[in-house]
Amino acid sequence: METSRREFLRQLSLACGSVLFIPACAGYDSPWRFFSEKEARTVIAFAEQIIPADKDPGATDANVVNFIDKQLIGPYTRFQEDYRKGITAIENSAQKIFQKTFYELDWKNQTGFMEQMEAGKLPEEFWAEVNQRNFFNRLLDHSMQGFYGSPRHGGNKNYVSYKMMRLDYPHVLGQNRYESKCATAKILEL
Amino acid sequence: MCHRQNFRAMKNKHVNAIVVGAGAGGGVVAKELAVAGLSVVLFERGGWATYDDHDDDELISQRTTVLGNAFGPDDKRHRRVVVNSDGSTRIVLPSEGSYSNNAACVGSGTVSYGAMAWRFMEKDFTMKSTYGHVEGSTLDDWPITYFDLEPYYEKAEWEIGVSGESGANPFESPRKKPYPMPPFAYNYSANILADAAQRLGLHPFPIPMLRNSVRYGGRPACYRMRSCVGFACPVNAKCGTHNTVIPTAIESGNCELRTHCQVAEIMIDEKGRATGVKYFDENDKGQIQTADIVIIAAAAVETARLLLNSKSKLFPNGAGNNNDWVGRNLQGHAYTGAHGLIKDDVYDDVGPGATLAIADFNHNNPGIVGGGVLCNEFTAMPYLFSKMRPPGAKRWGPEHKEYQRSQFKKLIRLHGPFQEIPNFEARVTVDPDVKDHWGIPVARLSGSRHPYDPTGCQFMSDRAEEILREAGAYHTWQSVGGKGLSGGQHQAGTARMGNDPKTSVTNKFGQIHDIDNLFVADGSLCVTNGGFNPALTILALGYRVGDYIVKNWNGTQFKS
Repeated sequence: METSRREFLRQLSLACGSVLFIPACAGYDSPWRFFSEKEARTVIAFAEQIIPADKDPGATDANVVNFIDKQLIGPYTRFQEDYRKGITAIENSAQKIFQKTFYELDWKNQTGFMEQMEAGKLPEEFWAEVNQRNFFNRLLDHSMQGFYGSPRHGGNKNYVSYKMMRLDYPHVLGQNRYESKCATAKILEL
Repeated sequence: MCHRQNFRAMKNKHVNAIVVGAGAGGGVVAKELAVAGLSVVLFERGGWATYDDHDDDELISQRTTVLGNAFGPDDKRHRRVVVNSDGSTRIVLPSEGSYSNNAACVGSGTVSYGAMAWRFMEKDFTMKSTYGHVEGSTLDDWPITYFDLEPYYEKAEWEIGVSGESGANPFESPRKKPYPMPPFAYNYSANILADAAQRLGLHPFPIPMLRNSVRYGGRPACYRMRSCVGFACPVNAKCGTHNTVIPTAIESGNCELRTHCQVAEIMIDEKGRATGVKYFDENDKGQIQTADIVIIAAAAVETARLLLNSKSKLFPNGAGNNNDWVGRNLQGHAYTGAHGLIKDDVYDDVGPGATLAIADFNHNNPGIVGGGVLCNEFTAMPYLFSKMRPPGAKRWGPEHKEYQRSQFKKLIRLHGPFQEIPNFEARVTVDPDVKDHWGIPVARLSGSRHPYDPTGCQFMSDRAEEILREAGAYHTWQSVGGKGLSGGQHQAGTARMGNDPKTSVTNKFGQIHDIDNLFVADGSLCVTNGGFNPALTILALGYRVGDYIVKNWNGTQFKS
C-alpha cells in the first residue's frame, strides 16, 4: 500500500513527538524533507557563497543543502524554527533592498548582502525574532559541515572536499585513489 | 526524593562492591577488587563502543560532536544547565561544547582519547608549597606525593600498556621501571619541531602513549591511521580500560558489568553508611543494588552530581558534603598555543599525529605559577580545519576555500594544557528545576576559571610561537586559552582529597570523610590537575584506591 507523503510526514512528526514544522504555505510538492523549494534555493545560493565553485566543486555540487535539509529533521530539529524565520527574514531583507529574492541577485550583490548580514547591518525590522548574526553563523557553520563532513550525512558528494584537500580516502596511508586508474579504484567506485 | 518510581531490590543479589562508571578510574578499581576475590557490580550508563559504530565520521566523533556524541551520552535523555557570566542560565545538550561531556561507554574516554600517558611531576603534587598562595584560589598541595603514586603509575603503564622512551624527558620525576613498549617515531611535523626546539636549547622527546607501538597485551600494534584521536581504534591498538582491565575483571568471574544503567542515588543509612545504589536499568525500571562498599567513578561532573543527589539524614546536603566542598574546584585544562604556516607540505596525515612533547615549561618558569607541556597536534580534520584561521582571515568565500585547499598540509599546531589554578566558585551543583529523562536533577555548572589562567596561557603561547618561528614558520599566530567556564574532558577536582575534612571531600585514599565505605576513584580526587593530560593519573588513582580497599577491607569493615 502506498503511503502518501503527507501521511508519511504526519506519522514522522508523531513518531518524533516534537515540534516538527511542516511548511504550511509550501504545500507538499517540495522535493525536500524540511525546506520548501524556495527556501532550498535561498540556502543553495547562500551556501555557494560560503564555499563557491572554482577549479574544485562548490557547495552546490557537494549538495550542501541536502545535508542541512536532512539534519533539520534529525539532530538539528531544534533549529527548525530558526531556519524558517531566518530564511524569511533574508527574503524580506533582500526584497526591501533590491526588490528581488536573494537567490536571484547577481553574485556581487549576494556577497555584499551577506557581508551586511554577517556584520548585523541588514534592516532591523525583519530580524526581531532571529538574530541575523547568529543565523549567519549558523548557516556558515552548517554549510562547512555539509561540505567538509562525511558524505554519509548527505553533503560532500563524491568526497569533493577530501579530494580538494588531498586527503586519502579510504583512510589507508599512501593510497590516495581519487585519480588512480588501477583496478582497485574501479572496484571502489562501483 | 525526586523519583516517583519505586525502586525494587528483587533479584539483585547483595555484592561486596559497586563501582559506578566504567571509565579510567572505575574500570581499574573493578578489576582490582574482582581479581582479589570481591564480588563486584560495575555500572555503566552507556554500552560497548566500537570503531564500526561511527568509524571515521568527523561530525560524530569525540572531536566534533555537532551531530551527536559518538560515544554518548545522547541528546534525548541528558541535559545540563550552564550559568552564564551574567547570572542567567541556559540548558545545554551533550553534543554542545559547554556541556563538558565525557564519553558514556564502556571504557569512557579511554576508547576515543588521544592516549597521552603522562605522569604528573613532583611539583604538580605540591603546588601551594612550591608557588605559595594565589589570591582568590584554592591552590593546595595534594595529601600524597608523587612517590606515593609512583608504584601505581608503573602498574598502569604495564597493565594498560604505554609506549615511550624512558629517560628521554629530563624533567620527568624518577621512575623505577622503563616503559613496556618502545616510543612512537616522530611524524613529519615533530621532526621539524624537534630540530627547532633543540636549537633553542629545549628538550623535545617522544610523547608517551597508551597505545601499542608493538604487539602488547594480545593486541596488535598501531598502524598509524588518521582517524585516531576522537575515534575508537579500528585495530584495537589503543589501550583503554575497555580492552584491558574490564575484560580481566569480567573473566575473573567476580565482576558483573551492567551497561545502560543510570545510577540515581547512593543510599546512605541512618548510621551514615553507604548501603548501595538506586538505579534505572536499560528498560528505565528503577532498581536497587546493595553492597558493602560503593565506589563512585563517574568523572568530575557526574560524580559530584551523584554525591549531591544522595541526601540522607546525616548528610542532608549530599553524601560527603557537610562542609560544602563537593562539586567545588572544578578544573580542566586551558588549552593554549600557537599556529604556524610552513612553505612546504608538513602534514603527513599519519596517526596519531601528536608525537613530540616539550616539557621545559611545566615548572620553573620565572614569574609564572605552574605551566604545561607543549605538543604537536593530533591528526587534523577537514571541518575543524575550516575554523583554524589567523586573526582577520576570511571566514567564508573564495579566499576561505583557497586557504582550505592550499594550507591544510602546511599548518603546524603546537599547544598544550596549562595547569589551571583552582578556585572555589568554579563548581558543579544540581539544578533545582531541570531534570533528565529519569527525573534525576541535572548538573549545573557555574563560575569560571581563575583570573590568573590567561597570564599563564599567554606565557605558553609565546613559547610555542617562538618554537614555530625557529622551525621555519613564515606566518604564526597564537590562540590563547584560559577564560570562561572550566571542565571539559579533562574535568577534575570536584571531590578533592585532603587530610582536613573541612577543606576536602575524601581522605588520601579516596575514602569520603565520615562515610568509610564510600569512595571516589576518578579525576574528581585531583587537588590540582597538572600541566598534562590526566588519563594516566586517573588510572593510577584507580589502582591506588583499589589497592587500599583490597588491603584494608576485612570482609565486614575497614581496618582502622
